[in-house]
Amino acid sequence: MWQMDATDRDIVNGLQGGFPICERPYREMAQQFGISEEELIKRLEKLLAEKILTRFGPMFQIERMGGAFSLAAMKVPEEDYDRVTGIVNELPEVAHNYRREHDFNMWFVLATEAPEGINQAIARIEAGSCLPVYNMPKEKEYFVGTRFTA
Amino acid sequence: MSHKLDAIDRAIVQATQSGLPLTARPYHDIAEQIGVLPEVVMRRMQTMLDDGVIRRIGAVPNHYALGWSANGMTVWDVMNDYIDELGQQVGALEFVSHCYRRPRRLPDWRFNLFAMVHGRDRAEVEAKAEEIAALLGLHCRAHTILYSTKILKKTGLRI
Repeated sequence: MWQMDATDRDIVNGLQGGFPICERPYREMAQQFGISEEELIKRLEKLLAEKILTRFGPMFQIERMGGAFSLAAMKVPEEDYDRVTGIVNELPEVAHNYRREHDFNMWFVLATEAPEGINQAIARIEAGSCLPVYNMPKEKEYFVGTRFTA
Repeated sequence: MSHKLDAIDRAIVQATQSGLPLTARPYHDIAEQIGVLPEVVMRRMQTMLDDGVIRRIGAVPNHYALGWSANGMTVWDVMNDYIDELGQQVGALEFVSHCYRRPRRLPDWRFNLFAMVHGRDRAEVEAKAEEIAALLGLHCRAHTILYSTKILKKTGLRI
């Protein structure tokens, strides 16, 4: 079985932000890890293929583009869970959806280009599932960061 | 700050939202794909980064694969008068990855402070939640932890 080595860990820990915008960004970063540009690209491909990384690239903040994000939750009866998951996941506005252990057992993030898109998506989910959606948009952001070490 | 995206910005967002090309000249490849000069792509992306439209550029780790398998959304019912001051303090804890104030949905949902806590197991998440509880003290009336048990969807932004 494939396993990360020390260089892979350096890459995962050291590349969670700050990737440069220049002609040869991988070459610039590769120097920091003491490897070649080609090797950095190969390792990133492998880390993505092995699902150690979910993505490599820019993280957008949709609110800054005039769009909107919201977190919404539902209390879905177990016998209906798969059907409702299908209804929710089918919407392109649903960026993430997590099952959680609680009466509120489905939590999803909606991301839309226009602020009114949130309510439209929620209305579609409510109509399709016949269940209420509890919309909990953020009112204030105290911290967003990433502190995962490999 | 809001930043109105024009057609070129939108094309850049669309070309990169699933990831940057893993090629020697990724910005040049995006430029070729959308039909503008590489300098335009790099300048626009730098502006989006400066304005916060791009939060950061880099690797998004799968925390489950890194062994951070307990993912607890800790939620707190904090008195309104204290939430902003305390929310800042909770957000500053090194083990909190996201921290927000959200509206209550009474009577079903009383919690207004959300702090995401990751640990290698649930005991670790619970120990961290105890630290938050100690920090909030009597200004917090109730809390609970919602563990994720399954990722049902994870695609990220699509415009």
